[in-house]
Amino acid sequence: MITNLTHAIAKPISRRSLMAAATGLALGLSAFSPAKAADDTIKVGVLHSLSGTMAISETTLKDTVLFMIDQQNKKGGVNGKKLEAVVVDPASNWPLFAEKARELITKDKVAVVFGCWTSVSRKSVLPVFKELNNILFYPVQYEGEESERNVFYTGAAPNQQAIPAVDYLMKDEKVKRWVLAGTDYVYPRTTNKILEAYLKSKGVKQEDIMINYTPFGHSDWQTIVADIKKFGSAGKKTAVVSTINGDANVPFYKELGNQGIKATDIPVVAFSVGEEELAGIDTKPLLGHLAAWNYFQSIKNPENEKFIKEWQAFTKNPKRVTNDPMEATVIGFNMWVKAVEKAKSIEADKVIDALPGIEAKNLTGGTSKMLPNHHITKPVFIGEIKANGQFDVVWKTPALVAGDAWSKELDGSKDLIGDWVGKKCGNFNTKTNKCGGQGS
Amino acid sequence: MTDLLYRFRAIAVAFLLVGATAIPAFAGPFEDAVAKFANDDFSDSDEAVGIIATSGNPQAFAVITALQEGRLSADPDSKKVYLTGTDGKVTDAATGEAVAEVPASAAAVRLNNRLRRNIESALGGLTLMSPDPAKRIASAQSVFKSHETAMLPVIETALEKETNKAAKQAFTEARAAILLYKEDATEAEKIESIAIIKGRGDQDALALLTSLPADQTVGVARSAASAVTAINSRQTLWSIGQNAWYGLSLGSVLLLAAIGLAITFGVMGVINMAHGEMVMIGAYVTFVVQDVIRTSYPGLFDYSLLMAVPLAFIVAGLLGIVIERTIIRFLYGRPLETLLATWGLSLVLQQAVRTMFGPTNREVGNPSWMSGAFELGQLTITYNRLWILCFTLAVFAILLAMLRYTSIGLEMRAVTQNRRMAASMGIATSRVDALTFGLGSGIAGIAGVALSQIDNVSPNLGQSYIIDSFMVVVFGGVGNLWGTLVGAFSLGIANKFLEPVAGAVLGKIAILVLIILFIQKRPRGLFALKGRAIEA
Repeated sequence: MITNLTHAIAKPISRRSLMAAATGLALGLSAFSPAKAADDTIKVGVLHSLSGTMAISETTLKDTVLFMIDQQNKKGGVNGKKLEAVVVDPASNWPLFAEKARELITKDKVAVVFGCWTSVSRKSVLPVFKELNNILFYPVQYEGEESERNVFYTGAAPNQQAIPAVDYLMKDEKVKRWVLAGTDYVYPRTTNKILEAYLKSKGVKQEDIMINYTPFGHSDWQTIVADIKKFGSAGKKTAVVSTINGDANVPFYKELGNQGIKATDIPVVAFSVGEEELAGIDTKPLLGHLAAWNYFQSIKNPENEKFIKEWQAFTKNPKRVTNDPMEATVIGFNMWVKAVEKAKSIEADKVIDALPGIEAKNLTGGTSKMLPNHHITKPVFIGEIKANGQFDVVWKTPALVAGDAWSKELDGSKDLIGDWVGKKCGNFNTKTNKCGGQGS
Repeated sequence: MTDLLYRFRAIAVAFLLVGATAIPAFAGPFEDAVAKFANDDFSDSDEAVGIIATSGNPQAFAVITALQEGRLSADPDSKKVYLTGTDGKVTDAATGEAVAEVPASAAAVRLNNRLRRNIESALGGLTLMSPDPAKRIASAQSVFKSHETAMLPVIETALEKETNKAAKQAFTEARAAILLYKEDATEAEKIESIAIIKGRGDQDALALLTSLPADQTVGVARSAASAVTAINSRQTLWSIGQNAWYGLSLGSVLLLAAIGLAITFGVMGVINMAHGEMVMIGAYVTFVVQDVIRTSYPGLFDYSLLMAVPLAFIVAGLLGIVIERTIIRFLYGRPLETLLATWGLSLVLQQAVRTMFGPTNREVGNPSWMSGAFELGQLTITYNRLWILCFTLAVFAILLAMLRYTSIGLEMRAVTQNRRMAASMGIATSRVDALTFGLGSGIAGIAGVALSQIDNVSPNLGQSYIIDSFMVVVFGGVGNLWGTLVGAFSLGIANKFLEPVAGAVLGKIAILVLIILFIQKRPRGLFALKGRAIEA
């Protein structure tokens, strides 16, 4: 409650958002200009927190959408119309996300919305998108167990991040003992549930799995790191799978470094630590610790190099890093553009039907495809942290991995599939051949 | 691969023992192996490390250390590998010939964890004979953990020559570990080894004993089992000590964050919600100091915290005085308005910092004397926590002495105890108010310097400490510095003893519940002030 109050009052005026504010002001003005102008443009909603705790991560995605719109408009827009961004600030306040989504759709009449970061914000806007029949592109890795007609998930599902990472550790590092450490909220809990089931199916015993949850912003890691050390000295190779949320990571890694746990002894593979998060840490003690993502800035590829160059030019910051959710936003945006061109309309129903099967280049040299379950195919990379705060890719999946809306590892969801093309159902039960079951 | 490497390593070491003088210059395999680094493939590099380590080539040690330290670069086109020396001179890694510079097309040879591990063990074998006893002990430890049978003769030779007591012990333990796992060792040898390993009594010893293969003789199995029980019971005792240490260290962080508040809230009675932001500003002062040092005087980095302490005190203290003069002094005696005003102020300060430094975390480095840990028996004590504990106690002592023995301290106490009386004795009460608030804020700033070492330096830093700080001050008894001290340490220790049992999330909840119950019973905290000050 207290934080919500903060965000409602506080409006950030960082340099980055100053630019955004200027853009927003310009857009705001144009929104009030006569209706004639609005007819010539297609409005694109941007629903990312620009203030509050999530501003750290989400501000970048807002800039990414603006960057993509700018690029698209330079190419002449979509279907002969220019794109126009409508930026709102839900201020890291989950109920406000729903309000702002409603405002974007009913008042600003946007054709599509790019937004949300946390799962709780996505869950909060879902009813709005269903009721008003609009489209949401969600660009962040999440816990899965969802497939909605109005939502397109361009981030990783657990089988596109967590499972391949565990596979890598099992095969390449011969890990036998597992610590699943996470912050206490829905994403880590569901991911760890899936991982636990997966590890057990691979023959890992219960006593070789340690699950640990900590509160948000946990800063005293002494006991837990000591526990990990103790757990790891049982004579079997041990690894930590970390779903620890952003802010708690710095003290966690510092404690690891100070207690002398090196990546060669107990590697930590993280699912929420990317280039942006590492920017605030002295990475020398973290050398060799791992992260699993579908994109790394360090991936050498003409497509990626071009993107980084243009992005840094757009943000006027030659040191600005790129990260995985940004790439997911880029892929989602390009897929939407193609679907609109294919449907020759911005009408939500036509675009939703056009989207499955659409292909768009990702920044790592492959082509991602939108699947009938509204998830996409992605490559999975394992990167080791380098001393300069970037990642060195040490492993990748041989082919693109198709995102599973419903985890095959969990009893409640292994028979479910999402199929919005043939079955027109987000949770089709293949056993009973009926639409319905868990979820909505 | 690792097994192979150990065997190779043993041979390599044996080679060195015989004397590295008589090595003929058959360049073939070594050069081929070095060229493999240019393939940019981890398995190839891995193989190359193995071959180089056993090649006996005089360049081998230099090449592998360079690889470990990222000083080896390879050109994928010409397949040439370059070694940049610690002095910056570039040579061709295969031939050892000097080269003008590393060509632009060459990139540093990449490492992964498996390679790093193998490099470490390859180098470990080469340092068993190092003149530095610390290095010998380290490599004996790595042998202890790997207990590779092939290393036995090398360890025994080293043990015979060894004169240093600690190193001798390390070699004895390493030998015991090898014998314990050696398939053809006699039962007597194994039981003797178990006794030695039991004497070591730490986690590694436990790991070694518990992962013993099942096909042991009854005698060995029995003595191993009893050793495990003995070590376990000793470990339980040590873990109590370890928890107590963690509790002290958490308590010191709580105390540090709360001392400033104990003055502004405890002594002055101002509900200061902006206290956390003073801590945050102290942390940002540390960042700025380090930033200046990094760019202008990199040699002084280890002293950056010492310089940041007075600066943080001055910056946060001055800010505190300004706040007192412009806002708080109009709100004395109106706690609700003070609460809201300082809460608003905290948002303003957060946003100001966000505007100036950006919303993301800032990197504050740990000076070398704040990094790492040492072992005290079975306790792991990290230097940063130890220093923070000492620092906290020092700040507390100085503050206490100041309040007791200086004239400004006397005036502060006089004003808080009886304002009107103090005023009529000629004390400028409003000046004392400003100074007291400044002092509390300044100490919060100092706390920020220390907290920057263990936490994120972000605009949200203060928020995470404000609740804890109020908790400590209220629990300890408002207006009593000693109460704050006892309160902080008892909360820290209680928390750390609950955490292993209940988990971090439940532990924190349990502490809050306990405090609520305690406050019900003793509304004025552990050490309640008696007398008229509290009624006023």
